[in-house]
Amino acid sequence: MKGEVYRVAGPVVTITGIKPKMYDVVHVGHEGLMGEVIRIEGAKATVQVYEDTSGIKPGEPVMNTGMSLSVELGPGLLESIYDGIQRPLKVLQEKMGDFIERGVTANGLDREKVWEFKPTVSGGDSVKGGETIGIVQETENIEHKIMVPPNVSGTVDEIRSGKFKVDETVCILTDGTEISLMQKWPVRKPRPVSSKFIPRRPLITGQRILDGLFPVAKGGTAAIPGPFGSGKTVTQQQLAKWSDTDIVVYIGCGERGNEMADVLNEFPELQDPKTGRPLMERTVLIANTSNMPVAAREASVYTGITIAEYYRDMGYDVSLMADSSSRWAEAMREISSRLEEMPGEEGYPAYLSARLSEFYERAGAVKSLSGEEGSITVIGAVSPPGGDFSEPVTQNTLRIVKVFWALDAKLAQRRHFPSINWLTSYSLYTQGLSDWFAENVAPDWVPLRDNAMDLLQQESELQEIVQLVGSDALPEDQQLILEICRMIREYFLQQNAFHPVDTYCPFDKQYKLLKAISKYSDMAQAALESGIPMKDILALESKDELAKVKFEEEFDSALNVVLDKMDKEFAALGGN
Amino acid sequence: MTKEYKTIIEISGPLVFLEKTEPVGYGELVHINLPDGTSKRGQVLDTSADIVAVQVFEGTGGLNEEAGVVFAGETIKLPVARDMLGRILSGSGEPLDGGPRIVPEDRVDVNGASMNPYSRKPPEDFIQTGISTIDGTNTLVRGQKLPIFSGSGLPHNEIALQIARQAKVPGSTEDFAVVFAAMGITNEEAQYFMEDFEKTGALERAVVFLNLADDPAVERIITPRMALTAAEYLAYEHDMHVLVILTDITNYCEALRQMGAAREEVPGRRGYPGYMYTDLASLYERAGVIKGRKGSVTQFSILTMPGDDITHPIPDLSGYITEGQIVVSRELHRKGIYPPINVLPSLSRLMNSGIGDGKTRDDHKAVSDQMYAGYAEGRDLRGLVAIVGKEALSERDQRILEFADLFEDRFVRQGRDEDRSIEETLSVAWEILSEIPESLLTRIDNKYINKYHPAHKSN
Repeated sequence: MKGEVYRVAGPVVTITGIKPKMYDVVHVGHEGLMGEVIRIEGAKATVQVYEDTSGIKPGEPVMNTGMSLSVELGPGLLESIYDGIQRPLKVLQEKMGDFIERGVTANGLDREKVWEFKPTVSGGDSVKGGETIGIVQETENIEHKIMVPPNVSGTVDEIRSGKFKVDETVCILTDGTEISLMQKWPVRKPRPVSSKFIPRRPLITGQRILDGLFPVAKGGTAAIPGPFGSGKTVTQQQLAKWSDTDIVVYIGCGERGNEMADVLNEFPELQDPKTGRPLMERTVLIANTSNMPVAAREASVYTGITIAEYYRDMGYDVSLMADSSSRWAEAMREISSRLEEMPGEEGYPAYLSARLSEFYERAGAVKSLSGEEGSITVIGAVSPPGGDFSEPVTQNTLRIVKVFWALDAKLAQRRHFPSINWLTSYSLYTQGLSDWFAENVAPDWVPLRDNAMDLLQQESELQEIVQLVGSDALPEDQQLILEICRMIREYFLQQNAFHPVDTYCPFDKQYKLLKAISKYSDMAQAALESGIPMKDILALESKDELAKVKFEEEFDSALNVVLDKMDKEFAALGGN
Repeated sequence: MTKEYKTIIEISGPLVFLEKTEPVGYGELVHINLPDGTSKRGQVLDTSADIVAVQVFEGTGGLNEEAGVVFAGETIKLPVARDMLGRILSGSGEPLDGGPRIVPEDRVDVNGASMNPYSRKPPEDFIQTGISTIDGTNTLVRGQKLPIFSGSGLPHNEIALQIARQAKVPGSTEDFAVVFAAMGITNEEAQYFMEDFEKTGALERAVVFLNLADDPAVERIITPRMALTAAEYLAYEHDMHVLVILTDITNYCEALRQMGAAREEVPGRRGYPGYMYTDLASLYERAGVIKGRKGSVTQFSILTMPGDDITHPIPDLSGYITEGQIVVSRELHRKGIYPPINVLPSLSRLMNSGIGDGKTRDDHKAVSDQMYAGYAEGRDLRGLVAIVGKEALSERDQRILEFADLFEDRFVRQGRDEDRSIEETLSVAWEILSEIPESLLTRIDNKYINKYHPAHKSN
């Protein structure tokens, strides 16, 4: 069916002459620009176009595909770099050079590449939606399970093995349904699961303040809001690099081109600490930078989460980073304003809250249709205007997510990185994960951590007094608390993302570091009580040396040297 | 023969509405011929089978229903050539210097296309500006977009000029050029820039686009796009390293708001259009380096923060797009310190990829971090001293307090023509760091202390 363009105003195009369904994908104009139907009004329909509409005239033809915006799911997703509507950037570069022109289509998955398929079912087996029928080794460590599409079931009539391209049939059911290595799924519709459960395992990120104080569970949701320059992107990238999940989906949504270039440059070179393989082998990147079309930005988070769901269905732990969800919300606002919809708070559409919660709700620890346990952890960066957390995107996000890592410009200015504020951040998973920590880290980890948090809380109260009277006016035991807290902040919480050793801190090391600080604290307290002057306790060399052990490659031995010295120094102080 | 339409039905602010046209393309260039023989230019903002809306760059003064409208059948294009260097053009690309029209080597769509992130090369070539607070603590690299956030009455123009004069990549002799775009600045300010360009001979390496305060505001929307188009052409077709100075982004945003209001759009924060982020991104993101091509586009925009408020939508949205910001401080300016750059809220996101061994020096990052930490603490202590007096501070705190003063006086302060090399900048840094006890230098690895600390170096 053919229609025609009636009106063009920026990325919003009104068409007539065809009767599409909501969210159908249409091709607009002689160049066939891709767009999506977002409103139907009598004989006219409104389309958001994913490409620049300059030069499009009323009367140009419009083609309806009759399908909603979908992604291609199959082997070859990993190591890919896509734009917001799953066009591989590498292919776009080959087709049109260094600048993105329009009207170019490109398949999400490479149609030429051949994969070795090993069936795991045989003729006569009955299969249902989500069940695995065979395996493709996608990268060295990831077995890609070829699953029956969720809405299909039946009895296997024929199953093949050998080498196939993604669109070749590998299995035929008795009712004639053909299954290939690839399936398509509409991005705005969550993939079904059999059940969801409460997440009980932490996502280990190797970042001390995150793992130690404010952990997120595998299958949980977290938000990182912060003003510009407070380190959102670095934190997101650290998570993408070091999270102990099987698959990472990283969405650069409306962010800087040079930053994406940096990620594209760095990820293939970095090693996964768990497997020793390049990080890129477990990563899918979606890059829709701020100057790429706004409608594709709106779609990019859905593209990302659908890919994440697909790997979750295979039983993998997936983490998804969206940088930044505010840009996504702004894309919604921009399109809503072009549609002349009645605005809600600060010009955002009234459905902002619903869209955000729908998105975050696609995270979770689940039992898939075939009974596999998988999870999606969603970590969304939020860029509140002026760093003001009371704005609508931050507030609506906080109502949904369970973990809040509050970035603080003040901390960033004094180069305290990661500049996550330990007083305002929170994690609702700390209780639920306690058992896991006691079992897998150390039985005394939880009290150790709670004690540190308690001290930091006391510090903030003491600081108020210090602001008025100076620190010398405090009693000695309180001065000691201030010193211990300084150690916690500088030795433990501060972590250098650009230091080869410090960038990733295993849990065992986190525990030992905090334990060492606590040891100094206990010994200092005892010494103070036995009458040793404060300044002697503060002057111990081992205390200052503790500052640098986290940078040592041979951490354990370096730490032991310092701890031994600490014992000796305290002994030398005497007291009783 | 292109048709001339005399079907204007409404004129409102900078907008003209026409009916009964043949199909007109979105974004097309429009010529409007006035009865008195003059002509204006505009662009299609909204097109439908019934009504076409055109935004007129030179303002709608003198227009009425009699005017004839011609659609050019293409989007706005800038004629580009290497010979643009040394020329002064209007905000919409017409020669202002009395010279001949530019003989185009090519005509390029001013909106530019977005660069494929896959084609970008991560910027990493250190640019030495000769200003310590930039080179030392907020390093600029080729392909970066680093704006100056300033306020009314602060010497941002002088800083921008000093950078334009001094910027170089140490040890490199490649072709460079400056593209300067003035948006709504006063004639006096423009003269100041031009005089300096002429005096230093920079003009022959520069392309200047001037939209002054009394030029139509709508033209401002097209001026930076013209400038960036010229810059991209010189960078990617003629292998030059181009420094683009856009001033003042605030005037540009005001023009954007004016247009939005004229079109009766739903306003976003403080009346600025909801798409301002995307619009600004379409300017700022045109900085970069492309794999396999020699040239680069580096952007150094100037933005005056209304009321010195960094949370105002213009600096706020800019900060989320640009790779950092250089913040000019009224407090330092009042103290008589030039350049009054406050390093604490300043930031260069690409600094880490442009510094270190083989680029600047191995101790660069550690030294910079240490100075930041020390200066931040020192400034906090100043607040405390105001309440409790200096005597109440511990010995350690007093040293930190002194460090903050030294930092402003020795590291920040420098002459308007003082071009410090990175080595000089780092030695000043070590000199002032040596004034605080070594045990407080927790951010610096011992090996650098042994190598560079004045107390150890001499041994």
